[in-house]
Amino acid sequence: MSKEEAIAKFHDGQTIMFGDWHGEHSAEELITGMLEKGVKDISAIAVSGGMPDQGLGRLIHEKLVKDLITTHIGLNPEARDQMFAGELNVEFVPQGTFAERIRCGGAGLGGCLTPTGVGTDIEKGKQKLTIDGKEYLLELPLHADVALIKAWKADTIGNIAFRYTGRATNSYMAFAADIVIVEVEELVEVGELGPDDIDVPAPIIDMVYVRTGEKKPFCPMWQRARAKAEGGGK
Amino acid sequence: MAGLTGRALIASRCARFFKDGDFVNLGIGVPMMCVNYLPEGVELWLEAEIGIVGCGSTPKWEDADPDIIDAGGQPASIIKGGSICDHTTSFAFIRGGHVDATVLGTLQVDQEGNIANWTIPGKLAPGMGGAMDLCAGVKKIIVATDHCEKSGASKILKKCTLPLTGAKCVTDIVTERCYFEVTDEGLVLRELAPGYTVEDILACTEADVIVPDEVGVME
Repeated sequence: MSKEEAIAKFHDGQTIMFGDWHGEHSAEELITGMLEKGVKDISAIAVSGGMPDQGLGRLIHEKLVKDLITTHIGLNPEARDQMFAGELNVEFVPQGTFAERIRCGGAGLGGCLTPTGVGTDIEKGKQKLTIDGKEYLLELPLHADVALIKAWKADTIGNIAFRYTGRATNSYMAFAADIVIVEVEELVEVGELGPDDIDVPAPIIDMVYVRTGEKKPFCPMWQRARAKAEGGGK
Repeated sequence: MAGLTGRALIASRCARFFKDGDFVNLGIGVPMMCVNYLPEGVELWLEAEIGIVGCGSTPKWEDADPDIIDAGGQPASIIKGGSICDHTTSFAFIRGGHVDATVLGTLQVDQEGNIANWTIPGKLAPGMGGAMDLCAGVKKIIVATDHCEKSGASKILKKCTLPLTGAKCVTDIVTERCYFEVTDEGLVLRELAPGYTVEDILACTEADVIVPDEVGVME
């Protein structure tokens, strides 16, 4: 489907999961589409705040995000500044808890019990249960209106496959949203991805968009680092 | 290794905690420096939170693959025999007690084994990332830190004052001046870095320190 068909699914005020990792493994062309449309007041759920010129960070840069549930914003000073200025509400979640809350949201579970955060400020306002003498926090599910996923390949009926670390958060976010939109590098015929190759099956995926630009570009952070390393002697 | 000082000495000492075949998670900076000082015959399985079991060395730019990145988003590699998993499985390793050891830097650590390294309210708030899960699930939690802040104030306290990352979880503290074991009774001074005396350590440590009859030399 076209970029326009995908972008038509995004609206102001939605809760959106972003599968990117500091703006890598990111549905970068569809994020460009969101910027062009000017989708605003986004409640974002992502493992990190991206970087100002990568992934979700590009939307934060344009101040289109109002709430962010995340584990880390250390690579995005703009997210930090907006948070301290009261322009961006940030809820920090420990990374393993982040993963399990989303998994719960996609797997029909009412929450999970984790030892992570017991004895820290993270336990404030949460139920604490003791199981076999050990304390756990009850952490509640996360679910979104839209999940924006990046994968390596899709087949024409919507099965998708990841490559190496590209699966990280993309794999489980695909289960935890009403509409699941995937940006892939390559579209293949049905049958080219065998049963063992498919990471998320077609019934879970709603829309597939195929990149029109470079399939596997270096992200801006890598481009800068590489230029610095290779131009260092000049 | 003789002659090491400062952060190299910290990394070298931390590396001696590892046994061959240990499955470990090492953060960036001094923790990752530990792999340069592994004892003869010790090889580790390095875990990356993003979902790599068996991280290799940093690739050259011409070999960098945008689909193989580490927890910080930098180019990474996977050793022969290494594997990939998604992020939920990666934290199942961590929380589930499958990871043998981690080395963490810190802002503060205290004599009860509490660690505070993720935020200074109103000043510093990058987020905790995976640190709280490491504190909750890893068997051996080694803190590698400068003994004091630049101001000279001790980072090893009776009680942490910053928001905690983990409660009563630290097992060992290694600084450029000494090595403390964290026990139920408190901090036991096990080794002194070359050039430091027991009195030096007591003078620069806010925490109560238990000094056993024999204190070794840190190397």
